[in-house]
Amino acid sequence: MSTPATQFNEDARRVAPDLRHRGIIQTAMGKYEVVRDQRKLWFQDWQGARNLAARTKFEAVNHLDQHLDQFARLLESRGTKVHWASNAQQGRDIILGILREKGAKVIVKSKAMTSEEIHLNNAMEHAGYEVVESDLGEFIVQLRQEPPYHLVFPAMHLTRGEIRQTFQEKLNDAPSDEPEDLTMVARRVMRQKYLQADVGITGANFCIAETGMISITENEGNARLTAALPKTMITLVGIEKVLPRLEDLALFLPMLAVMGTGQALTCYNTMYGGPRQPGEADGPEEYHVVLLDNHRTALLADAEQRDALGCIRCGACLNVCPIFRNVGGHTYGTVYGGPIGSVITPHLRGLTQWKHLSEASSLCGACTETCPVKIDLHHHLLQNRRNASQQKPSWWQKLVFKIFAPIANQPGLWSLTTKFGRFGMKLRGLVNGTVLDPAHSWTKTRDLPPMAKQSFKEWWKEQK
Amino acid sequence: MSERENIFTRIREALSVEAHAHHGAGLPSTSDHRRVMPPVGLTMDERFALFAKNASDLRATFKLVKDAVELTAELRALRDTEKWQRVATHKSPLAQTHAIGLGLPTLVTDAGYDKHELEQCDVGISECDALVAQTGTIVVTSQTGGGRALSCLPPHHVVIARREQLVADLPAAFAFIRQKHDANYPSMISFITGPSRTGDIERILVLGAHGPKKLTILCL
Ligand code: SF4
Repeated sequence: MSTPATQFNEDARRVAPDLRHRGIIQTAMGKYEVVRDQRKLWFQDWQGARNLAARTKFEAVNHLDQHLDQFARLLESRGTKVHWASNAQQGRDIILGILREKGAKVIVKSKAMTSEEIHLNNAMEHAGYEVVESDLGEFIVQLRQEPPYHLVFPAMHLTRGEIRQTFQEKLNDAPSDEPEDLTMVARRVMRQKYLQADVGITGANFCIAETGMISITENEGNARLTAALPKTMITLVGIEKVLPRLEDLALFLPMLAVMGTGQALTCYNTMYGGPRQPGEADGPEEYHVVLLDNHRTALLADAEQRDALGCIRCGACLNVCPIFRNVGGHTYGTVYGGPIGSVITPHLRGLTQWKHLSEASSLCGACTETCPVKIDLHHHLLQNRRNASQQKPSWWQKLVFKIFAPIANQPGLWSLTTKFGRFGMKLRGLVNGTVLDPAHSWTKTRDLPPMAKQSFKEWWKEQK
Repeated sequence: MSERENIFTRIREALSVEAHAHHGAGLPSTSDHRRVMPPVGLTMDERFALFAKNASDLRATFKLVKDAVELTAELRALRDTEKWQRVATHKSPLAQTHAIGLGLPTLVTDAGYDKHELEQCDVGISECDALVAQTGTIVVTSQTGGGRALSCLPPHHVVIARREQLVADLPAAFAFIRQKHDANYPSMISFITGPSRTGDIERILVLGAHGPKKLTILCL
């Protein structure tokens, strides 16, 4: 039977040596790194900005009850219907209920990781609705029936040739493999959908408590149109997304853009505080905001890892992660991949099934160093390892440490063991590269460097 | 218990244990923000220069125009080179008069409109609330910019602004919004930074993904 852990291992083994995949990812990341670093220098004090962002999120998350309450009340006072969903099932039911009531047929969506989290598209399609993702990257992976590859760049693993082929097969419209032409194909298709759609569904990047608004960050204008044309608008957002004040956006919007895509500010940063108001030209007649818990309160209850709720989903930790870059986004088998995904997935979906993700780390700490809100990612991975072994200790790990500890504690025994080791290394030469090699699972993909001829201690004695 | 109460109960229980990591208490002030954020220059001239540079990096067109006559001339030149057939605009002292002055069929969005008709327009001409020097951003709202779609659906968005609408940085832009609209916020406030774009195919920049391909800012 395939468990998440075996699936991870199999996929990782397949993707890591795939040079083509590696090439695509390296090129994309290379471009990103250059612009990101330029933009960081554009700030007067980038590290200072990270401190302020972390402080703001600390306040927001540690007073979540107050902020969330204020946010919801203000939204309601201006005619928005606020819904509360404790889990994925409730989230889906609420949204399906609205669609049914509105007699909807066509639904346009702008990018929302929360909707991936609760498998909303599946549920809506199953219930007979036509659902169209409007973000170009999401549109492409939707046509290919794949999950998004990356939090920010859903189709970064595809070449223009592959995208052209997909458009040819699914839309019968692919004039060339120029990104410009392909984008215009999507634009034409989406225009028709926007004009037909009865309901628009969005996610949100921030919820402003003080003014009762959500804020959406995007580049294409697809969320703008999703929120402008359909008669009903629904926003599905996690309860942790609150920021206390409107002015906090002045810091968070550029930081999200810098870390997400290397821009100063993304093209559209838009705040929505309700349905069409008296005297306004357009906008939805009805606005629904669905606030999703789905185990976020479990993460909140973990005082050690609570800061992980401050994540702004910029994707920066994925981009710098050597594991992500080697095994790729799909290998994680989760909605949220990379370091942040490895930290929060065990909280969202169970430690026993997902503890292997915390092993998929070299603990290099690049993620923690880059995170704009200073989430202590690599320590959280260690904490997950600890929690997993406390919850369900593995017998062989216990055995190994039972043997290792006394040896390491006695210098005499230790030096004897290393002598044996050196002798063993010589014998290994006979079986090197075959399955008889005890280090076979290591040497399949890596070298085993020979042990030094003498230990430091022996060398020291000789020098005297 | 309602689901709302369930969630709040869980939140309060969770928060009864104090967080381990601590990033310093108290919310940062605007002056804290200004200390770390990108510099904007001191004089108005420097800030206009910064706005102009940002706009050109973003591939938007930014022009300072002397007076209404020059503004009319700019718009007419755009009409002729791009062969506009239909324009859309909203009730406003600057945008509307100049749009109507083009002598083309004009859709005025304020009282509601047919979205198919707006989609057929070659250009949306609107006013804005503010220009932000720091990032080359224009701020439009659903109250003061002709609704939500005018600045996004037609392939070209022309903004008519006044010099005094320039603010230095993002904190100032938010302060301005607060002061102008407080308590009666428009249902949409959009910070527009350049024409619509995407990099979703091999990270190659393409303009006009879903929103306008062109953004022109004419500043009196
Ligand atoms: S954990 Fe930090 S770096 Fe990673 S996506 Fe979240 S905010 Fe970005």
